[in-house]
Amino acid sequence: MATLDINGRKQELRAADDTPLLWALRDELHLTGAKYGCGKALCGACTVLIDGEPQRACVLPLSALADKSITTIEGIDTPVSRAVIDAWNALEVAQCGYCQPGQVMAATALLSRNPRPSDADIDQAMRGNLCRCATYVRIRAAIHRAAEALA
Amino acid sequence: MNAPFKSTRRGFLKAGLAFGAGLTLGFRLQDADAASDAAADFAPNAFVRIAPDSRVTVIAKHVEFGQGAHTGLATLVAEELDADWAQVEVEAAPADASRYANLNWGTAQGTGGSSAMNNSWLQMREAGATARAMLVAAAAAEWRVPASEIEVARGRVRHAASGRESGFGALTARAATLPVPNEVALKKPDEFVLIGRSLPRTDVAAKTAGRAQYTQDVYLPGMRTALVLHPPRFGATPAKVDDAAARKLPGVHAVLKLDSGVAVVADGFWNARRGRDALVVTWDERGASRLDSQDQREHYLALAAQSGRVVRNEGDAPAALAKAERSLEAVYELPYLAHASMEPMNCVVQLAKDRAELWYGAQSMSGDQNNVAKLLGLEPKQVVIHQFYAGGSFGRRADPRADYVLEAVNVARALDDGQPLKLVWTREDDMRAGRYRPATTHALQATLDADGNPLAWLQRIVSQPLLPGAKASDEKIDRTVHEGASDLAYAVPNLRVEAHLTEPGVPVLWWRSVGHTHTAFAVECFVDECAHAVGVDPFEYRRRLIRNDPRRLAVLERAAREAGWGTPLPAGHGRGIAVHRSFKTWVAEVVEVSTAADGDYRVERVTVAVDCGTAINPDVIRAQMEGGVGYALAAVLDQAITLEDGVVQQGNFDDFPLLRIDQMPRVDVHIITSTEAPTGVGEPGVPPLAPALANALFAATGKRLRRLPLRPASNATV
Repeated sequence: MATLDINGRKQELRAADDTPLLWALRDELHLTGAKYGCGKALCGACTVLIDGEPQRACVLPLSALADKSITTIEGIDTPVSRAVIDAWNALEVAQCGYCQPGQVMAATALLSRNPRPSDADIDQAMRGNLCRCATYVRIRAAIHRAAEALA
Repeated sequence: MNAPFKSTRRGFLKAGLAFGAGLTLGFRLQDADAASDAAADFAPNAFVRIAPDSRVTVIAKHVEFGQGAHTGLATLVAEELDADWAQVEVEAAPADASRYANLNWGTAQGTGGSSAMNNSWLQMREAGATARAMLVAAAAAEWRVPASEIEVARGRVRHAASGRESGFGALTARAATLPVPNEVALKKPDEFVLIGRSLPRTDVAAKTAGRAQYTQDVYLPGMRTALVLHPPRFGATPAKVDDAAARKLPGVHAVLKLDSGVAVVADGFWNARRGRDALVVTWDERGASRLDSQDQREHYLALAAQSGRVVRNEGDAPAALAKAERSLEAVYELPYLAHASMEPMNCVVQLAKDRAELWYGAQSMSGDQNNVAKLLGLEPKQVVIHQFYAGGSFGRRADPRADYVLEAVNVARALDDGQPLKLVWTREDDMRAGRYRPATTHALQATLDADGNPLAWLQRIVSQPLLPGAKASDEKIDRTVHEGASDLAYAVPNLRVEAHLTEPGVPVLWWRSVGHTHTAFAVECFVDECAHAVGVDPFEYRRRLIRNDPRRLAVLERAAREAGWGTPLPAGHGRGIAVHRSFKTWVAEVVEVSTAADGDYRVERVTVAVDCGTAINPDVIRAQMEGGVGYALAAVLDQAITLEDGVVQQGNFDDFPLLRIDQMPRVDVHIITSTEAPTGVGEPGVPPLAPALANALFAATGKRLRRLPLRPASNATV
């Protein structure tokens, strides 16, 4: 049993303390924006924000999250996240789309701490978020576009 | 969406319907309830429905797994209907081959072979034109004016002389009472207003916001989760199961022995996972494959050195080679590859006595439906499939044996509780389940005439057969083994293509662009080697060999021109070119690579020219070319599935790396203007990349790498 702060609400979870956050979000709360892709923090499809930092929900046990603020794609709504989502839609980044909520969360975290990232900054921040459809050309362009919109 | 779908299953499906396309889920879930909701709608055929509020629903017979099929199908209907794009929504078709067959496949419903637009081009347009004609007839009757004086544009029906005007919705009731015309006129290409424009995709907003629904996201009341422990070797089955520890764990509901492994059914993924980890299983490996990749490599190289079964024979290549003055030969090797879609395989199923219901991203609708029906002793129509988005496929979800779908059904059947069940494969389950792109070895020999052109060309291919039911001993050799080679585009008077088929016990399957993934590599590298052997520029060399092949020539010349072929490059850089036709589409790619002294390299830029006939949505085509380049590049850089003593050595993205953002080159896509019927774009971007890159590395370094992945170290031993 854990009580966690998820998207600004206290949520009581029945899941055992060693359950990764991803499966509590999905199977218990039916918050399905964070996706299962690898289970080992290798792909970033499950990226959520923990106290504003992008983290992989598939390897974060509930026991490590007391007193943390958890934000999922369903709960994020800031000027930066809105600019990111607008840019993602304008450039039609998504193909299969499965990794894109994780990409959006990682890009939102990047732009929240670095409003004008260079290509190298984008590579550094985004290289852990895999996209099998290889939408990377557009991910890069969308991050620049969102940065311009926020400037 | 914060509110989970709980209440009832009906409630869940209603939620999908109520929020509709583009708003919440991206498309509507098809359901029997839709019929009652839609009773007031005007539905002149199986593909379009118009509601009294003027909303146009296009029923998409193809799955949307990233290639833009939903958008393309809706565009074709909307074009001939003269709808406004903003009023168009998409609903996924149910499994019903009598209405929704892939016309390129005859009578089966399904998606694949980059055929969605090609087979639907006339069918969807006729569906839209029929609806338009009936709306016009309804308006003519309503307004008592001649139908020929009525115009339709952007969702408005107008009669200029009388000033009458209407949306579609006000005409649906009358239109629904009119006879369906037998024939309708379709627009000429210069009349298109939507086709040829980069209309926004119908699925993107929901996907970006995390609202789009994949199989993984299906939650039904009372649903449990199953994980299956699979054997370590292909062909093994569970012999002895010790499940005492697993059954004691919280949330574990059942442990079931299946032919394919041992299933743990639990409340949620994590309980199922812990239960599976606690299983102790002994495997019966008497029928198991013990394939070892190193042995396989030697075996394939030995076979490639011997004559094989003839696939194509023009002139007398062996005789020409025997007396050749100038000849060359090369061997190319390609490994097994996993599809590795981001969403691992999964399926939700619920069984009743006379009915099976499935919820998942179904690629091979008819195949899966028939497989499930056969397994359960039902009629195909008793198998109901609810279509969802699929998180990538690249061929994997079109297994003719419906492997993961039948596994889900088998678990539910063994459980026999009538409750919904979600089968989830972990990444490792997915990567170790086989259904790989076959490993292949190609041996090529050519002799060149006095002008340097190929006089004889002999290609031997060693591969497993791929088509459903194909065996190594079959008289007719599976065409997926040699497509892209036996139809060699280059003019060669003495051409011989041979094949050796093997059965090593590792299941294989089509992988984005199927046989072309390996044949294009061998052919397009070898023609490059021929050019260099006679000191002719590889672009010019190809050009003169395909001068009577205008569409191929056009993409080759366009890619070369746009890439600045022949212009100076920085030291250590090189350009390579390749051109290939697959799925009726021609693609040429020029790769620019930069190399380091240690043999490491980086792809800087890829220039793509594509001729896919009419460009229905240019931005979707560009996206597919970008994605095809990235998908192919990952395989060139790092990917191989290898086996040791029958055990697959890779399991996740740490040992089967996908492309990362910092490896993605700039990609410039140029679409040839055409009014021909549209052809595939999902797959044809893949085949030219690997040979163009190998050719670029040769141009940069003078070293020829012939073994994929193209790592200098693993190529040193060839």
